[in-house]
Amino acid sequence: MIVKRDKLTFWERLYLPAIIGGFKVTLRHFFNKKVTMQYPEEKWVVPPGYRGAPYLVKDQADRTKCVSCQLCEFVCPPKAIRITPPGPQGSPEVGNVEKAPKEFEINMLRCIFCGFCQEVCPEEAIFLMKDYSLTGTSRGEMIYNKEKLLSLGGVHQDKIQKWKHKAEEAKEQGVAP
Amino acid sequence: MSPWFAQADLDWKTFALWSVVKIVCVVGVLLFFVAYSVLAERKISAFIQDRLGPNRVALPLIGSIPVIGPFLTKLGFWQPMVDGLKSFLKEDFTPAHVRKVYFWLAPAITMIPAFLTVAVIPFGSTLGNQQMVIANLDVGILYTFGIVSLGVYGIVLAGYAANSKYPFLGGIRSSAQMISYEIAMGMSVIPVFMLVGNLNLNSVITYQTGHLFNWVLLPNWLVFKQPIAFLIFLVAAFAETNRMPFDMPECETELVGGYNTEYSSMKFALFFMGEYANMIASSAMMVTLFFGGWTLPWFGLDQPAGNFIGGVLHIGIFIAKMLAFMVFFIWVRWMVPRFRYDQLMNLGWQRFIPLALVNIVVTGAVLWLLAGH
Repeated sequence: MIVKRDKLTFWERLYLPAIIGGFKVTLRHFFNKKVTMQYPEEKWVVPPGYRGAPYLVKDQADRTKCVSCQLCEFVCPPKAIRITPPGPQGSPEVGNVEKAPKEFEINMLRCIFCGFCQEVCPEEAIFLMKDYSLTGTSRGEMIYNKEKLLSLGGVHQDKIQKWKHKAEEAKEQGVAP
Repeated sequence: MSPWFAQADLDWKTFALWSVVKIVCVVGVLLFFVAYSVLAERKISAFIQDRLGPNRVALPLIGSIPVIGPFLTKLGFWQPMVDGLKSFLKEDFTPAHVRKVYFWLAPAITMIPAFLTVAVIPFGSTLGNQQMVIANLDVGILYTFGIVSLGVYGIVLAGYAANSKYPFLGGIRSSAQMISYEIAMGMSVIPVFMLVGNLNLNSVITYQTGHLFNWVLLPNWLVFKQPIAFLIFLVAAFAETNRMPFDMPECETELVGGYNTEYSSMKFALFFMGEYANMIASSAMMVTLFFGGWTLPWFGLDQPAGNFIGGVLHIGIFIAKMLAFMVFFIWVRWMVPRFRYDQLMNLGWQRFIPLALVNIVVTGAVLWLLAGH
């Protein structure tokens, strides 16, 4: 389609209307409210559903929800997760209840915050939280281990509390501490 | 023939002493304004773009004074200091492919003319028995144009010395642009001097005292008598100082950084300072030529000061007018988009030069008629 352009009038060709328009716009913006966020002091509040850094959660009874099924490790596109399962004996501190991982590492330098781990987790043990600014002074520091992930993740208000019942059962059978 | 400074009725030793004092003061003040116009540029630009601009740098002691300390920090008052320090501390990198001698010369050659221009500008009436101008030359404006046209060499040399394509293009553009607009600029001020009858900038100011048509509200400034000349001079000043919308030589979107692409550290800072000094110098020129210099037509402020306070007041008036122009320079940057190169040339050669010529002829005709022919 050919757009037919009107010829500029003499007044327009003087370039003055454009300049006056520019004056108006810039002057208006000069007195506008500023949009700058003073970052370290005021931080952006992320909207619900935001995909920040993935952390591990515990349930109300202070039990790790993760059972080392390694689905998240398998699904993780950048291979940021590394899980060391406890082995056939299970870890002694959880008793014969859940198969809590011996070690759970997320390399935050590799993580792309895609949320697949949360999606795939059958135990609702890993969630993408609201942290969007992760900093560290070395690469090693950016590999978060189990303790760090659990403390950052906090408690998940679990309705079912599967491991609570299992723990009670184990206690009755005398196999849990 | 007596030397040109003999008119001051001073022996040469006193003259030399006072000149040195004035030069030191003026250069000091000029450098201060260069540093702070960079801040002003950043602040005003930020505000126009709905941002806040630099507001972080705080000094340990002054920063803790209540009200004033935080206010100055918010204003970014210490930013120029930190910027300068950063320029000094950065690595001064000289790429292997540059032509070293010219590469080193270019920043200085850009900087010096900008500072030399200020020498002939009367920045106040008198302070004590000293005239507030470094060199009261009878050829004032010719000197200015001579020096200003040297400014192009710095940029061209920088473009050539960098020995790479983008700086080179920037250098070529700037030489074409600055030479073209110098013609328009030079022609635009001819009517001013036809009215004044003298090339001395002090007489230009004397001419602009009093009121236009004896009407109290209107100052007798040449901007009202020669609006077209002022307009051409203004636009040409934008082109000469490489400011938006005529910043062809360093147009970032096309030329990376233009002529200063290969520069770093203090050498780059010198280009920057040169640019801002140029802006200040052309603001001062516009104030002197078209806005009555240090005079105000009210309260007898258009006569040379009799006492010290009056002298300081005149300097203050001059600086205030100059700063208004600086703000205008910065403001326009965000107002109009950059011209295309051919549009720029078109505007210079096909619009402004004929317009300036017509202005000269018309002014001449009017003067001839008024003289009673």
